[in-house]
Amino acid sequence: MAKTATAARTSKIERYNRMGYVFVAPFVVVFLIFNVYPVLRTLYLSFTNVKLVGTKGSIVWFDNYVRVLTDKFFWNALLNTVKIWGVNIVLQLGLAFLLMMVFSDVKYKMRGLHIFRIVYYLPNLIAATSVAFLFATLLDWRYGTFNQIIYNIYHLFGKSYTPVNWIGDPATAGVTVAVIQSWMWFGNSFIMLMAGVQGISRDYFEAAAIDGAGRWTVFGKITLPLIRPILLYVAITSLIGGLQMFDLPFLMINKTNSAYNSVQTVVMYLYKFGFETGTTQTGYASAVAYVIFLIILTVSVVQLKVFNRKED
Amino acid sequence: MNTVGYKIKKGILYVLLILLGAVCMLPFLLMIVNATRSGSEIVSSFTLIPGSHLKENWETVFDYFNLFRGMWNSLKVGVPATLLTAYFSAMTAYGLAMYRFKGNKVVFGTILVFMMIPGQLSLIGFYNLCTTLHLVNSYVPLILPAIAAPGTVFFLRQYVLASLPPSLIEAARIDGAGELYSFHRIVLPIMSPGIATMAIMAFIGNWNNYLLPMIILNKNDKFTLPVMMASLRASTDINANQGAIYLAVAISIIPILLVFAFFSKYIISSISAGAVKE
Repeated sequence: MAKTATAARTSKIERYNRMGYVFVAPFVVVFLIFNVYPVLRTLYLSFTNVKLVGTKGSIVWFDNYVRVLTDKFFWNALLNTVKIWGVNIVLQLGLAFLLMMVFSDVKYKMRGLHIFRIVYYLPNLIAATSVAFLFATLLDWRYGTFNQIIYNIYHLFGKSYTPVNWIGDPATAGVTVAVIQSWMWFGNSFIMLMAGVQGISRDYFEAAAIDGAGRWTVFGKITLPLIRPILLYVAITSLIGGLQMFDLPFLMINKTNSAYNSVQTVVMYLYKFGFETGTTQTGYASAVAYVIFLIILTVSVVQLKVFNRKED
Repeated sequence: MNTVGYKIKKGILYVLLILLGAVCMLPFLLMIVNATRSGSEIVSSFTLIPGSHLKENWETVFDYFNLFRGMWNSLKVGVPATLLTAYFSAMTAYGLAMYRFKGNKVVFGTILVFMMIPGQLSLIGFYNLCTTLHLVNSYVPLILPAIAAPGTVFFLRQYVLASLPPSLIEAARIDGAGELYSFHRIVLPIMSPGIATMAIMAFIGNWNNYLLPMIILNKNDKFTLPVMMASLRASTDINANQGAIYLAVAISIIPILLVFAFFSKYIISSISAGAVKE
C-alpha cells in the first residue's frame, strides 16, 4: 500500500519535473541558433579561405592562423590594445579603489554615497558613439573647447600654450582614448567594489572597533580580504571589456588621421577584415576572432591563478 | 583627539569628491552650452553662458538627418528585445531552478561558458547566418536573439533560488493549478523586482549597442540612433558647425538620461548585484 503510494508520488514529481523542458525550450532553441551555431560557424570559416560571406572557398586549415600570428599589423594592433588597456585599467581601477577606500573608511564615515554613485556612474550610461563625438569635438586641436580652457588657464598665469593635438598626434591619441574610457567606466567599477564592501557583515567592523583596531588594520585585515572575489570579478570583466575596445577609437580617430595606426585595436583589425568593403576576407577575420578569444581566455586563466595563489 | 585636523581632512576629501563629480558632469555641461552657440562663437572662445543659435543648429542637424526617426527605430528594436529578454529569461531561470530534468546541468553549464565568451567570436558567424536567412537589414536578428540572454538567466536563476519558496508552488499544485498558470500568476509577480532590474539594464545595453546594428543594417531609414549618430561623420554641413555636433550629441543623450532619472536606483542595484553574485 505504502509502496504504491510512494511510487505514485514519485511519478507525479517526475511528471512535474518534465515540465522543465517546456520552460527551457524557447531559450535552448534560440540559443542554439543565434549563439552556439555562429560561434561554430566562425570556427569553420577560420579554416577556409572564403573571401566574402555567401561565396565559396576551400579548406586551408591553419593557414589563416599562421597569417594572423605573422602579420605585424596584428601585433601592432594587439600592442595598441594592451597599451590603451594598461593606462585605462590603472586609472579606472585605481580611482575606483581609492573611492572605495574613502567611502569605506571607518574613521571618516563619509556621507552622500548615493549621490556620488549616481554622478560617477553618469558617463557610463551614454552610448559610446555619442561620447566619441562629444570628445572628438571638445578635444579638437584648433577649435576645441578643451584647448581653449587650457589656453585661458595658461594665459591667466602669463604663460603661452601650444595647443596639443590630443587625438591627432600618435604620441597622445592612445592615452586620450584610455582616459576617456576610464572616465566612462570608473563609476561602474566603484559601484561594484562598494557593493562588495556593503556585503561585509557589520559585526566584523564592530568587533574590530571593540578590539581597538586602527582604520588601516581594519582595511587591510577585514575589508581587503573579504572583497577579494569582487576585485577579481571586476579585474576580469574590465580585462575582457578592455581587450574588446572598439567604438571609441573607431569613431574618434579617422583612418586618414596619422594617429590611426597607434590606436587601431584588435577588434578594429577584426572589423577591417570582417566587414569593411574592399578589405573583407571572412575566413581570415574568423581566425582573428579566435586568436583574440584565445588571448582573452589565457589572460583570464592566468589572472584567476595568480589571485587564487595569493589567497592561500 | 585631533578633531580640527580630522574635520579639515574630511573637508578636503569632500572637495576632491565634488571635483571628481564636476569632471563627470563638465563635458555634458559644455555640450549643452555649446549646443546653443553658433559654430564661429564656439571656435573663437569658451564660455558657460548659453548662446542664441539653438534654432539654427537644430535646422543644420535636421536638414541632414532626422534624429527622432533614429530614436523611433531604436525603440522599435529595444522595446520588443527587452520584453523578450525579460519574459523568456524569467521563464528559463524558473525552469532551471525549480525542475530537476535530464540536461538541466548541461544547459546551465553552457550558459556559464557563454557568459565568458566575447561577442566578437560569434560576430562573423552571426552575420553569415543572417545572410543565409535573408535577414540583413531587418530588425529580426536584433530582436529575436534577445530570447536567449545567458547573463540575465544566470542572474534570475539566483534570484529564484533566493526569493521563491518551493512550498508555494507545491501548494498551488495541490490546488490543481497548472505549471504555466502558476508561473504566470505566482512566480512572475514574485520575481518582478529582479526582472525589472535586468530589463532596464537590457534596454540600456540595447539602446547603446553600436557594432551589431551597424553590421546588420545598411539602409539609412532603418538606422538605430547610435548607427545614425556614427553617420554624422559623413556630413560636411554638421562638421562645419560645432554647435550642430553638440546639439546632435545632446539630443541623442536625452532619452537615456530620462530613463536614468526614473530608474537610477534599479540601475545602481543591478550593477551591485552583478558584483555580489560571484
